[in-house]
Parts: sequence; structure tokens; C-alpha cells
Amino acid sequence: MLIYISRRLLWTPVLLFVAGLFIFSLGSVAPGDPAELMAGQRADPEAIARIRDRLGLDDPFLVQYTRYAANALKGDFGESYRYRGRDVIELLGPKLLVSLELNIVSYVVTLLIGLPLGFWAAMRQGTWKDPAMTTFMLLVYALPVFFTAPFLILVFALWLDWIPVSGWSGMFSTHAILPAFTIGVPGAFVFMRYMRASTLDVLGQEYVRTAHGKGMGHMTVNRRHIARNALLPIVTILGFSLAGLFGGSLIVELIYGIPGVSRLALEAVFQRDYPVLTTLTLLGATMLAIANLVADIMYSLIDPRIRLRA
Amino acid sequence: MNQTGTTASAHPEPSQLLEVDASDSFVRHAWTELRKRKLALIAVCVLLFLYTIGIFAPVVATHDYSETNLAKTQAGPDAENWLGTDRLGRDIFTRVVWGIQTTIILTVITILTASVFLGLALGMAAGYLRGIADIITMRTGEVVAVVPDFLLVLIIAATVRPRIKEFGYWVEDNTFISGVNSSGAVDYIVLGLAFLPLSWFGAMRLIRGQTLAIRDAPYVDAARSMGVGTPTILLRHILPNVITPLIVSVSFGMGAVALGEVVASFFGIGVQPPRPSLGVMIGDVTARTGSAAVETLRSHPEQLLSPIVVVWLMIFCWNILGDALNDILNPRAR
Repeated sequence: MLIYISRRLLWTPVLLFVAGLFIFSLGSVAPGDPAELMAGQRADPEAIARIRDRLGLDDPFLVQYTRYAANALKGDFGESYRYRGRDVIELLGPKLLVSLELNIVSYVVTLLIGLPLGFWAAMRQGTWKDPAMTTFMLLVYALPVFFTAPFLILVFALWLDWIPVSGWSGMFSTHAILPAFTIGVPGAFVFMRYMRASTLDVLGQEYVRTAHGKGMGHMTVNRRHIARNALLPIVTILGFSLAGLFGGSLIVELIYGIPGVSRLALEAVFQRDYPVLTTLTLLGATMLAIANLVADIMYSLIDPRIRLRA
Repeated sequence: MNQTGTTASAHPEPSQLLEVDASDSFVRHAWTELRKRKLALIAVCVLLFLYTIGIFAPVVATHDYSETNLAKTQAGPDAENWLGTDRLGRDIFTRVVWGIQTTIILTVITILTASVFLGLALGMAAGYLRGIADIITMRTGEVVAVVPDFLLVLIIAATVRPRIKEFGYWVEDNTFISGVNSSGAVDYIVLGLAFLPLSWFGAMRLIRGQTLAIRDAPYVDAARSMGVGTPTILLRHILPNVITPLIVSVSFGMGAVALGEVVASFFGIGVQPPRPSLGVMIGDVTARTGSAAVETLRSHPEQLLSPIVVVWLMIFCWNILGDALNDILNPRAR
């Protein structure tokens, strides 16, 4: 048990160091000299040489990366190429926080819809309701956000006038409702499917039959024996499913005018502000790695079989 | 292993065994089962329809995809322009048809190289050889999997694309090949590279698991003990038994990569104009802002809905098909 957890704990930093190397080298494949980019169009060679020297661009690649990684650990991800003299993290920080909030609310919506629906569908296996609900949710899941976002704005903000059209004022305001549903409801399909499969597994177990056999009420069996055990395997996919959220939230941020990382990231692509992109990707990878680590450890605490296998 | 040899007489002669065509019965079984599932059958028909349209885009299209008609912009559907015209008077039907082709080319390239080729080769190698091959592929995969998909697409579009473009110009200048950059080949390579990491690892892990499960099966042991070489064992004995889960993952993957292409092109970092793409069309009419998107949805819904319905159908049908294939091919997974 302790061996398993400590092995995972030791592996994660190594994983991140190598992933960082991969991301950093992608960032340095780019054409153009960072010093020239930073100095601007009409800089004299001396100024460029000064910047080169300050950034240590003439050092070997691995030396540059090690320095970058060491600085990153201290929260220093370098300077933006475009916004002179501003640290990348200072640019990204506030926007990242907004994106994070948006993703958290959406995730809550996903779980609150997906898990009960999966359970509901599994309990109705064999009737028409189960496949009908699954197909319906798949239809919703396949619906591109390019449609759902403007459609929801049109209906709820313009026609019904219930909710503000766009903007952002924190995850607990009415501004968050439409974006959260736009991202969260399609994602619910994935959890519904997992929950359904896992509930069906539990339904076949003998302890469920025993519980029914000794005369326990249906509600009690559902809650205590079925739902609780069916939720266990879901823990493992909680981490992984975070990875998929980001792609959808970038589009939604643009359409709803949410001041998240989306616009900054796109600008960075077109203006060749590579430090912004590498930092964003590195932070994303770190979050994902930590989420996976937590999921692994939680699961090993819950299910002893995982521990034994390791 | 059973070494008594008492049951040997019950087995048919080797020559008879060879006559059984396993692939035929496998395909037939899948088809019979598939026909029982109405929704999956409809999905197959829709996909066949869309893919035929896309492949024969030059024949199906009624106009030139970049031909503008400024006398007739933002027009609704009529006999000449079946789905109306866009802001520049280009025929929407034509652009959707060519957009489907773009998506098909990209999904097929990516899935073939990533899932089918890399996934199979590396998965079987890792699962069968184990040891160092297994460790290297699995660890590499873990590193790549921890990088969020879409951010990887962004970074590759920003940094690797200009390099590939330079290479394209170099090829045009120094060889007889021309039009490398205008054909959109660069976009396919860039997007393919960007989607590669997120497609190969899943397929590889799947194949590796299957290979691990059967590498010590009696019939593989028997083949080994008869002195059959490793390549033959992998191709004749392992491959046919690990391929079914791959079919399912390919079906899901097609929908995922198609969506990835549309999203990347929507942001302007995927397929570049003038080459039409469903994502570019959506990006054009929405201008990537909510107000423009809502305005389009109100005044010219066909401009937004035409590409979106196609994307929707593609993703939905590939998923339905993947589900059905999963039920049919991996009965235990249900």
C-alpha cells in the first residue's frame, strides 16, 4: 500500500519533468529568434545580443530547459514575447482562474446529471426507457457547442430574458448558468454511460440479491448497496475526464465572452507568443497529472485489489 | 499444456483447418448482428451517404468552392444554391460537400497512422515482447497523455506549422512537385501530428492489454514450441485475436478526430482557407463571438446549421456504430 502510493508519488514529478521537456522543445522548434521577437522590428543588434545574453539563449538546450524547469518550480515562467516586460504568469493567472471556475461549475453539472441518469437507466434495463435515454443523451452529446451556445443565448437570454447574455462575474452568479450547461450537459453522457455499466455490474452481485431476500426496502437497497458500490469505479475516471473539458470550454468562453484563457491563447498562436502557450500547456499537464495521481491513490484506498496488483 | 495426445485424433486434418476462412465468418457474424440493430444500421447508411458525398465532392458539388458571386450574397436556399449563399456569395452546399471531404481525408489519415498502424505495431510489440519495449512505449504514452489534447493542438499549430510550411516551400523550390502549400497538405500534416498523440496511445494500450492476455495461451505456446518465428506468431496468431477491440476504438476515434478538426479549423488554426472545412465555415459565420453567432442563427440559420448538422450526424453516427460494434464484438464488455 505505502509502496504503491510512494511509487506513484515519485513517478509524477519525473513524468512532469519529461512532459515539460516535450512541451519546451515544441516551443523552441518555432522559427524566429525569441530575442528578435522581444526586441521588436527595428532593434539594433546590440540590444538583441543583450536580450540573448540575459535569457541565456546561447546555452545548450538541456541547460536552458533545466533553468526553465527550476524557474517554473518557483512560479516564474519567463516573460511574454509580445507584452514587453510582463511575466507570463501575471498575464495568465487571472484568466486561468476564470477558466478554472468555469470548468468546475461545468463539471458539477456533468456529474449531477450524468450519475443519476446512468443509475436511472441501469435500473430500467430491458425496458424501452433505457435505450431511449441513452440515445437521447448521445444526440445531445454529439451536438456541437457552436450550435448549443448561440441557441441557448437566443432562447434564454434574448427571448425569455431570464439570464444575462454574456460576460462573467464569478462561478456563483447567473452568468455561469448557460455556459455551465453548454459544457456540462453533453459531458454528462460519458458519465451516464460509465455509471450505467457500473450499476449493472453491481446489480448482478449476490449481496444485492441477499439484501432483497432478507426483506430490505427497495430504496434502502438502491441507496446503500447498489448506488454506493456503483460509484466506486467512477472515481478512477474522474481525473482522466478532466482532460477533455478544456477543448470545449475554450469555444464556450469565446462565444459567451468569458474572460478566460481562450482569447489570450489564440492571440498567442497568431502573434507567436510561445511562452504563453508553453506555460498554459505545462500548467494543464500539471493539473492533469495531479488529478490522475489523486484518483489513483483514492482508488487504491478504496479497492484493496489495486494495491495487491501493484 | 495437454501433452497426452489422446485428443489428437478428434481434431481435423491440418489441410481441412486451412480451408476455414475465419475472416469471412467473422465479417458475416458482425453483419448479421448489425442488421438486427436498426439504429446502428441507419447510422451506417448515413455515414455511407456522407462519405460518398465527400469522396465524390468534385462531382457532387454544384459550384466552385471559392467562386464568389457578389450579386447574390446571404441568399436563402433556392434552385440554384440549394443551401443558399454565404457572405461572399459562395454556394454553401458546395462548401459543405468539400468540407466533408476535408474531414474525411484528415480522419482517415490520422486514424490509419495513429490507431491502426502505430497502435497495432507498438501495442503488439509491447505486449508480446514485454521488458524494455513495454516500458518505453507505456512510459512515453503516459507522458503524452498527460498533455491536454487541445493545448497540444494549439502549441503545434503555433510552432511546428511554420516549420512544415518552410519545408513545403523548399520542396516546391527544389523539386518538380508544386502546389504543396496551396493543396492544404501542410494543414493535414500539422493536424495529423497534433492528433497523433491523442489517438495512438489509447489504441496501443488496448492492443497491448489484449496481447498480454493471449501471449501465453496454449495455441501461441504450441506455435512457439513448433519453432514458429516471432513475426509469424504476431501476424498469424496474435493479430487476428486482438483486432476486434481496435475496430471499436477506430469507430469512436473517427468521430473524435472529426470533431477535433472542426474545432481547430473553427479557431483558425486547422485547415486554412481557401480550402473549405466545416470548422472554417462555422468560424466564418459566427466570427467566433456570441453576438455574431446569435445574429446568424436568427437571420440566416442555414449558414450556421448546414455545417453543424453534418458535424452532428458524423459524431452521432460514429458513436452509435461504435456502441453497436462493441456489443457485437466484445460481448463480455456489456
